[in-house]
Amino acid sequence: MSLDTVKHASETPDSEQPWKELGLKEDEYARIREILGRRPTGAELAMYSVMWSEHCSYKSSKVHLKQFGEKVPENDAMLVGIGENAGVVDVGQGYAVTFKVESHNHPSYIEPYQGAATGVGGIVRDILAMGARPVAVVDPLRFGAADHPDTKRVLPGVVAGIGGYGNCLGLPNIGGEVVFDSCYQGNPLVNAGCIGVMKHEDIHLAKASGPGNKVILYGARTGGDGIGGVSVLASETFDDTKPTKRPAVQVGDPFQEKLLIECTLEIFKEKLVAGIQDLGGAGLSCATSELASAGSGGMRVDLEKVHLRDATLSPEEILMSESQERMCAIVEPEHVDRFLEICEKWDVIAVVIGEVTDGERLEIFWHGEQIVDVPPRSVAHEGPTYHRPFARPEWQDALQADDAGKLPRPQDGAELKDQVLKLVSSPNQASKSWITDQYDRFVQGNTVLAQPEDAGMVRIDEETNLGVAMATDGNGRYAKLDPYTGAQLALAEAYRNVAASGAKPLAISDCLNFGSPEDPAVMWQFAEATRGLADGCLQLGTPVTGGNVSLYNQTGETAIHPTPVVAVLGVIDDVNRRTPIAFAEEGQLLYLLGDTREEFGGSAWSEVIHQHLGGMPPAVDLDREKLLGEILISASRDGMIDAAHDLSDGGLVQAVVESCLRGGNGARLVVPEGLDAFTFLFSESAGRAVVAVPRSEELRFTDMCGARGLPATRIGVVDGDAVDVQGEFTLSLAELREAHEATIPALLA
Amino acid sequence: MTARIGVVTFPGTLDDRDALRAARLAGAEPVSLWHRDKDLKQVDAVVLAGGFSYGDYLRAGAISRFSPVMESIIEQAKAGMPVLGICNGFQILTEAHLLPGAMLRNNHLHFICRDQKLRVENAETAWTSDYVQGQEIEVPLKNMDGRYVADERTLDELEAEGRVAFRYLDMNPNGSLRDIAGITNAAGNVVGLMPHPEHAVEPLVGTGKTDGLGFFTSILKKLVNA
Repeated sequence: MSLDTVKHASETPDSEQPWKELGLKEDEYARIREILGRRPTGAELAMYSVMWSEHCSYKSSKVHLKQFGEKVPENDAMLVGIGENAGVVDVGQGYAVTFKVESHNHPSYIEPYQGAATGVGGIVRDILAMGARPVAVVDPLRFGAADHPDTKRVLPGVVAGIGGYGNCLGLPNIGGEVVFDSCYQGNPLVNAGCIGVMKHEDIHLAKASGPGNKVILYGARTGGDGIGGVSVLASETFDDTKPTKRPAVQVGDPFQEKLLIECTLEIFKEKLVAGIQDLGGAGLSCATSELASAGSGGMRVDLEKVHLRDATLSPEEILMSESQERMCAIVEPEHVDRFLEICEKWDVIAVVIGEVTDGERLEIFWHGEQIVDVPPRSVAHEGPTYHRPFARPEWQDALQADDAGKLPRPQDGAELKDQVLKLVSSPNQASKSWITDQYDRFVQGNTVLAQPEDAGMVRIDEETNLGVAMATDGNGRYAKLDPYTGAQLALAEAYRNVAASGAKPLAISDCLNFGSPEDPAVMWQFAEATRGLADGCLQLGTPVTGGNVSLYNQTGETAIHPTPVVAVLGVIDDVNRRTPIAFAEEGQLLYLLGDTREEFGGSAWSEVIHQHLGGMPPAVDLDREKLLGEILISASRDGMIDAAHDLSDGGLVQAVVESCLRGGNGARLVVPEGLDAFTFLFSESAGRAVVAVPRSEELRFTDMCGARGLPATRIGVVDGDAVDVQGEFTLSLAELREAHEATIPALLA
Repeated sequence: MTARIGVVTFPGTLDDRDALRAARLAGAEPVSLWHRDKDLKQVDAVVLAGGFSYGDYLRAGAISRFSPVMESIIEQAKAGMPVLGICNGFQILTEAHLLPGAMLRNNHLHFICRDQKLRVENAETAWTSDYVQGQEIEVPLKNMDGRYVADERTLDELEAEGRVAFRYLDMNPNGSLRDIAGITNAAGNVVGLMPHPEHAVEPLVGTGKTDGLGFFTSILKKLVNA
């Protein structure tokens, strides 16, 4: 096959091109021709097709995402905002933290192990590219029904992939979620988050400036894996009639990534780079065009210099390859030798593939012949924008009218007891330790809290005990009932979880998982959820630092529940003051904070007992969440509470059972006046937490709650080896433990 | 007066910084050693930390064993220098034939990370003298290839000579023969185990216990008093 050079393209304007197969629409192809004033070369077409894909260009979502940049709360912690590889937040003492959550949903369904593994690898490189040392990872996961045969294929593969990759990188896995729902059967959600730490002066940005500076590609060799991954995989709906797309999934090598991390950190330490970008989705096409676009614009690349795993790759394939464990750095000429020396020390291959020019074009050559000549902005930042039609689905009213409050409730203590056991042993409410025990939570020696705690927490300074915490939450059932409220509930829960651990919430990242944007009902869900999240962040004072959108999570006409997943990052001045969930001391008093209402729409109870989804989700009161957060943080700082657990899915009884099992102590509970036992135990009203208060601190604690106007109700005491609800039922810890811990291994081991 | 404890970094070593911290917290002077460098920088003892050196390619520890730094360590260990191998370090020590036996994939085929109870079966090695015989300790365990195996004769010899240094308690997490979690050489200077004492040296992080600190205080006392 002859080389399709720029010259050749100009001379053959009417050649047929495979724009359709590459996922481009007809008008998009026409626009590329208009930008270039000629037909694109094969290499140019490859670059535009991947960069203008939904996954890279956010073409359907960006008209809604821009709210995150418009509704920005007053917050002086933000150092770098949306648009870079990841946002950066000031956590004090000269430290900055960068964090982000991304999706690797589609690849993980096709090839669970590699899909999940490379999801971890990609997010870790994003964090690294900001100049930070990655310090922890989290993994919010959603699968089909726990007892579906295909879940047994997907889940163990995903979990082994996350473990196999993350464990080899030496990053503690400190949190996340595992949720089962048949809506995710053909579309599991594999989201991956990472936290990185640096000093303020070490922040690195992805831009190529300074003509004469060298472009260095370093890391793994480029191979044929993941070609077209973004365009073909992430931007199209699965369909049984099409062949499997396994070759488009990338294959990861965590050992190479570990070397890349250590090598890059040493390069940062010696201040050898002017700009840096990781190679993820869209590979070199993305890295070169984004670096050039964010810099002064000009770059020349000699593509034949790229170190290859497969010598037969065409230039188009090299540009599109998503081979893992690669980075691209912009280096001043006088630093190049030292840069290469450090790479050699870590056995990392590094090659100068080009340089920054004083022009405004990205020019790529193949053995001296020019195959790309484009304005980089048009590739990286000026992709198409769609104003997709959206409309509230006609079934939404009927769904909301199907009130879960009308479902039959337990009539006596025996029935309550039976339903509590069913709840805590249901796959969604059961212990996930069979899964999380496959992840290393100890490495680096700074893990203060890890799953099943409310938030993961790591120490970032051994001298001062400064730490950061993160929680990720999402509830697709709530969001299905009302996407605006559902998104705010995800935000509120993650915020509450961070506060319950004693850390102050600072900022958020999100991973927005939805169905096809070509369906107006899905687009309405997306529009409502982003609006809810942006409004919520404004009210809570926690800016969105960046995130990720995953669309086309649907099989045929059936979309997943709208699933916005929110990661909240918090800071704690002294990790010694963290609050665990365990009821560790007998005799301590249990207080329920917040208001409990009859709210069962989308609840775990309605799912487990009645297989029901309908009504309205719990009401959101973000001012109340803020107040609850402040009380939890103050109480932790001043030593007024020894345990705290947020109340969310499963309600109070779920939280109490988890805290009892974690601490190895029982609890005696009394149903407060004005509440019936069922509502007390199973309601999922938001803005609540249960805390264990040492008797010596009771007065101080209740005075504080009273003065601040937060309802605090004494509901019992830590005592014995059973959970006893006075006048209703008693369940021994042994029975609860068996129910809570046996479910997942029985289904999956 | 203190002692210098070296910790080797191979490509793919993960717990080197933890081991350096543990040595420091015990009062020793921590020293980083590099896999390509034969120079042991006059350290008094060496820790081979956990991780996936050389990506565990071929077999865990199989490539590291041939690195330049290991040439010096093998030579010195045979001359009596204390060496502790943790997890991947234990695997390297068996590959280097400083300790007998080998590690296979866990019998359940999953990576496992848990707080693990151990019994100290030999409190007279260079790395365990601060414990008492039969003491029960809890330290993190985390591995994929942790199933200790050896032929029956070797196992009988180890038992007879008191060279089983640690045994798993309550549950055997990986199918190790005779619940063996760690062993020592006959001289007591080379010790290897799968669990991670370096992750249990501070009350705040890890398991919340400091049961692992004894490894590092044991060696420090021995070296300083020598």
